[in-house]
Amino acid sequence: MRNVVRPSARSDPDRSAAVATAPERVVLDDTAIRRALVRIAHEIVERNDDLARLYLVAIPNGGVPLARQLADNLREIAGLELPVGVLDTTLYRDDLAGSGERPPLRRTEMPSAVDDRVVVLVDDVANTGRTIRAAMDALMDFGRPRGVQVVALVDRGHRELPIRIDFVGKNIPTHAREHVVLRGRTGGLEGPLEVVVASAPERGVSA
Amino acid sequence: MIGRDLLGIEDLERADLERILETAERMQEVGLRDVKKVPTLRGRTIVNLFFESSTRTRTSFEIAGKRLSADVVNFSPSSSSLKKEESILDTARVLDAMAPDAVVVRHAVAGVPKRIADVLGAPVINAGDGAHEHPTQALLDLLTVLQEKGRIDGLTVAIVGDILHSRVARSNIYGFTKMGAEVRVAGPPPMIPAAVETLGVKAFSSLREALDGADVVMMLRIQRERLAGAYVPSIREYSATFGLDRVKLRYAKDDAIVMHPGPVNRGVEIAHDLADGRPSVILDQVRNGVALRMAVLYLLAGRRSPAQEG
Repeated sequence: MRNVVRPSARSDPDRSAAVATAPERVVLDDTAIRRALVRIAHEIVERNDDLARLYLVAIPNGGVPLARQLADNLREIAGLELPVGVLDTTLYRDDLAGSGERPPLRRTEMPSAVDDRVVVLVDDVANTGRTIRAAMDALMDFGRPRGVQVVALVDRGHRELPIRIDFVGKNIPTHAREHVVLRGRTGGLEGPLEVVVASAPERGVSA
Repeated sequence: MIGRDLLGIEDLERADLERILETAERMQEVGLRDVKKVPTLRGRTIVNLFFESSTRTRTSFEIAGKRLSADVVNFSPSSSSLKKEESILDTARVLDAMAPDAVVVRHAVAGVPKRIADVLGAPVINAGDGAHEHPTQALLDLLTVLQEKGRIDGLTVAIVGDILHSRVARSNIYGFTKMGAEVRVAGPPPMIPAAVETLGVKAFSSLREALDGADVVMMLRIQRERLAGAYVPSIREYSATFGLDRVKLRYAKDDAIVMHPGPVNRGVEIAHDLADGRPSVILDQVRNGVALRMAVLYLLAGRRSPAQEG
């Protein structure tokens, strides 16, 4: 499992330097991300009959700016005013059993009830499918959605669970050791975004 | 970095406190859901080992554990049969053999949680030991102030009452000073520890001076048995000098909040009409206690000491 990391590796003072110097390549720049999200918005409209039932739910942190962008796109192309929620999956993870330090929690904000809505989960990078599994369990604790669909900006494809991604920005085959990160070009997740693949031996950020 | 146990605020650094508070803020969202339960600690066992009775704190830990899906077992040995340290540690060893993932300990004697932690593989959380510390109370107080004021840095906090015998005061002194607040203590001189200023606080024997410009007024519960004789002449005199009512509260800032760890002696340390509703945040403290204890259990339960790992 990806989180079997010695505690010493996490507190390694050279870690940030090592990541910075690791070879990395930009696989999606801001323009490509915007285009992908416009295309995905069209696909969502195409594949759903009852558009008023849609509810975008972002998986933080990477899913949050993507879901906002998707909401803007859906407003422009279909005149939809959709709720956008944020659902942290940390408390539902299947890898908390170890004795290591616990991962930080992120904010959950679900502005509308999920009952009878078609929830579109939005994540930045899909890989094993474990995060999506956790997100679905979390979602069910909020009610009974009529359906659940999944958007991933990047699909790495190393699936370990029978999870299907309905809307993919780009399939990017990678080695399990590489990690794929959505990040803001000016730091944080504000402003222009990019997706980079880095070959670092450390754990991935949100696979 | 937060260690295996939570024995006192004295052992923690500001970054640890901030991490616990941030986790607790996230946990509050779970308490607002229809289904107030997450599967995080499913299959884990938390033992509430209370040698000294405390329905409130024990219930708060119990609800916190259950909201995280842990199995919570309450164990309250009669204190009469467990006065000797050997039998306390024996009890702890017996419990440890049942492989709990966290043990929450309260005891009337300072230092017992630490002694138990020394023989246990499971993390120990101090739920109050003698006049030593009550770390989760201080943390929930920090959380309450943070949410009321938006910050702790630079605030003035007045703690009023029996500072000498109060583990709540001690933990809060450590907590608020580490988070950058100015802490004042006030009470009858026999109830102010001689060396209290070495903890970085200012001591006052006048309530009015202690409250002057305070953002937070924290009233402590006074033990009635201490009010007759040695420390203060009478309840009436204590109440007149150090009890808080709306008139005396005017010495503090206009937007000052009033806190109390409970249970309140109404009419003694706080006037009847001041204990309920604004500017008192006593029930918010109780509410925040559950989220705060969820955060502590999330961060600690299941983390055994390295020597105990297979």
